[in-house]
Amino acid sequence: MRVGLFVTCVNDTLFPGTGQATVRLLERLGCTVDFPLEQTCCGQMHFNTGYRDDARPLARRFAAALDGYDAVVVPSGSCAAMVREWYPTLGVKPPAGVYELSEFLVDVLEVTDVGAYFPHTVTYHPTCHSLRSLRVGSRPLDLLAKVRGLTLVPLGGADECCGFGGTFSLKNPAVSAAMCADKVRNVLDTGAEVLCATDNSCLMHIGGSLTRQRTGVRVVHLAEILASTEGDAS
Amino acid sequence: MSGTFVGMPAFPEAASRAVGDAQLRHNLRKATHTIRAKRAAVVGEQPDWAELRAAGAAIKDRTLRHLDVYLERLESAVTAAGGHVHWAEDAAEANRIVVDLVKATGETEVVKVKSMATQEIDLNTALDAAGIRAYETDLAELIVQLGDDLPSHILVPAIHRNRAEIREIFTGRMASWGRPAPEDLQDDPRALAEAARLHLRERFLSAKVGISGANFAVAETGTLVVLESEGNGRMCLTLPETLISVVGIEKIVPTWRDLEVFMQLLPRSSTGERMNPYTSMWTGATEGQEFHLVLLDNGRTSVLADRVGRQALRCIRCSACLNVCPVYERAGGHAYGSVYPGPIGAILTPQLRGLTGPLEESLPYASTLCGACYDVCPVAINIPEVLLDLRAKVVSTGHRGERLAMGAARRVLDNPKWLAVAQRSAGRLRRWTPRRLPGPLSAWSDTREVPVPPRESFRDWWTRRQKGGGDR
Amino acid sequence: MSSRDRILARVRSALADVPSTERPEDVEVPRAYERSRSGPDVVELLVDRLADYKAIVHEVTDVAAAVADALRRREARRVAAPPGVPAAWLGDAEAVRDDPALAAAELDRLDGVVTGCAVAIAETGTIVLDGADDQGRRALTLIPDYHLCVVRKDQIVRTVPEALERLDPARPQTWISGPSATSDIELNRVEGVHGPRTLEVLIVRPVG
Repeated sequence: MRVGLFVTCVNDTLFPGTGQATVRLLERLGCTVDFPLEQTCCGQMHFNTGYRDDARPLARRFAAALDGYDAVVVPSGSCAAMVREWYPTLGVKPPAGVYELSEFLVDVLEVTDVGAYFPHTVTYHPTCHSLRSLRVGSRPLDLLAKVRGLTLVPLGGADECCGFGGTFSLKNPAVSAAMCADKVRNVLDTGAEVLCATDNSCLMHIGGSLTRQRTGVRVVHLAEILASTEGDAS
Repeated sequence: MSGTFVGMPAFPEAASRAVGDAQLRHNLRKATHTIRAKRAAVVGEQPDWAELRAAGAAIKDRTLRHLDVYLERLESAVTAAGGHVHWAEDAAEANRIVVDLVKATGETEVVKVKSMATQEIDLNTALDAAGIRAYETDLAELIVQLGDDLPSHILVPAIHRNRAEIREIFTGRMASWGRPAPEDLQDDPRALAEAARLHLRERFLSAKVGISGANFAVAETGTLVVLESEGNGRMCLTLPETLISVVGIEKIVPTWRDLEVFMQLLPRSSTGERMNPYTSMWTGATEGQEFHLVLLDNGRTSVLADRVGRQALRCIRCSACLNVCPVYERAGGHAYGSVYPGPIGAILTPQLRGLTGPLEESLPYASTLCGACYDVCPVAINIPEVLLDLRAKVVSTGHRGERLAMGAARRVLDNPKWLAVAQRSAGRLRRWTPRRLPGPLSAWSDTREVPVPPRESFRDWWTRRQKGGGDR
Repeated sequence: MSSRDRILARVRSALADVPSTERPEDVEVPRAYERSRSGPDVVELLVDRLADYKAIVHEVTDVAAAVADALRRREARRVAAPPGVPAAWLGDAEAVRDDPALAAAELDRLDGVVTGCAVAIAETGTIVLDGADDQGRRALTLIPDYHLCVVRKDQIVRTVPEALERLDPARPQTWISGPSATSDIELNRVEGVHGPRTLEVLIVRPVG
């Protein structure tokens, strides 16, 4: 299976560890991974803020760079949703087979036990676009449930938005921070050491607050948990 | 006389004040979480909810795509049943029609059923200017009217008030509007409801003119439908000699049979009940009453002209989108600067009024695009889609600073080499990543840590690895 | 040009994208929802749903005796009655017939009202009145503080679509689901506002 990785501009620039974990995980599961260097950004920030003319060339760039793979894997629910749900409204045909990571693992590779080991207490925040645009459902939880050593604890108010919303966090900072504060409270109530999600942008928002408040709770992308093995733990 | 929304600040400022009001946030959180759970339970027990929702959306689309046909059909059915039909292009004309109709009866007092359309046109102020006193009779509307307040929710306009505040308002203000509150009034909801019953009883029994809106108007039969809970609606609709109903032109459903869909969708979405306590349905002049129907445009035809935004006219004003919205829960209804708050207000207000000022331009951004509103909407209005479309319209003029920044960002992002240069610069300067960001970005660092860029971007790692540099 | 003409003209120009050959029926409405369905006995379901919204419910066989009992329990001495309610139903209570129509203030002084109904919807716990002779005009069941309603088993349907099928839109209707209530204070439901604060329903099962 020849997989085109769209790593996302946020992961590329700020969270390369998530991209590296995705590569290790997919290769471990027998995929041939390629990262076409012509890729940059899916255009979501521009599109969601109203700048469609700026988003369109970025969408075209995505479609050209990631054409011709058996599947395109995106370690971000919101970027995958941007491509599948909104590219057609920009007049750009998305490449066939664009998957968010958990969809690809469960639906295409048909695995839930990816051979991971992560000896920590983890709670999972289902990000809005994974939940309500892509409807990934329980896929990430099914994957986490099979990770050895991992104790999964349920998150209260899980389906509520964390308040990031891209430029929303800058345009409506008070409401964004209030939403984040409630999410942080729910995370702390679980007693988990680690908060996991499929989007680093949401995790950057919640994690930025967790760190500012010196809570000691770490945020870790799903890909990084699934890529972890006994070897890493030693 | 209640206040008006004119001159409200843009959403972020108003919302920021609301966020700082701990009592308001507590009231809103409690109320929205209560109703959310109730809705989820009664929707969950309806086995064909998805099919009803699809039918509801399609019936409304059918109506909207042929609204001219249905408006004429409704007019002739109501007229044939002895009612009088009036047409109002805007708020001023609707108010003029209603004032003239009330004056013709010689009355100086009217009783009102809660109605979004009459709130939208600010009818009470127009009546007041003509020397006519309008008495709101819905409990929440009464709380708003007595408190000289603004509505903050479609279904429960006084959702921002808790029981203690309501007791204060009743005790302090009922006397100047009629029968005073009982002297020993407690803040138990039962006692407060009883106080409202006593306060309004005489008023209902002697009322000569009633004013209402309608939830549905059936084109085929001319039947109007009002759903309510307290019985104040039935009082206003049946006891007065003259009934005037102000109804938006989008409230039409084509046939009697179509009500079988909406009488299931609306109560469950709205109050979270299998059925609301009372629904009145009447056709034309009923039981000797004189009946006037005022059909209101007031911007609706502009919404209709927008092919993406048109779907907002499917709205049946259930308020499920408000109750589930995380932004509404923190910002409260007043921040939306209109009688239509929450997600539906964020798309309806800018469309009805046009993108005419800072408030209207800020509303499409009053959302994280989380999609919870679309999920619960009983007529499947894709609110995120309309929000995105409105945002594109907002930035099509002005907003030079943001446009320049977005353009610059796009030029970097549309060029892998420049992106790599930017990433390497950030990586080299990572040690100096500021804890506080400048300008608009300070909104981020006020409450959150700024992420420190990595030494090496993913793309540089990949390139090194391809050249045989290994994983580390 | 009148406002009517201007609004209609604006509607038509707003709909310029709709092909001129398209008729309203051409817009497809998927009606895959259930108009009827199977489930528990409709009488049991109606009893359950009425009780859920704080109505008092009894299953009875002898209407006259049951009405008399209910009025006695309620200590209702003078009750309003639409012209078509059988005298036998009203037992020892003094029936005040709404013929000619009683003034609102007069209705307010009565101890209650006794009526039949047009249709009852089991799933939603709803009773529909349509102004027939045994139900009377709308205000009759609104102003008295106590409403005693007699429902025959054959008047009960399971679903909302089944009810609408039986109803005539030309008749004024009141759909009643429990006593009057409000959720306006902190979104908690409280029974008893302007309409009757007590709703009592007698469901008549034929003997045998």
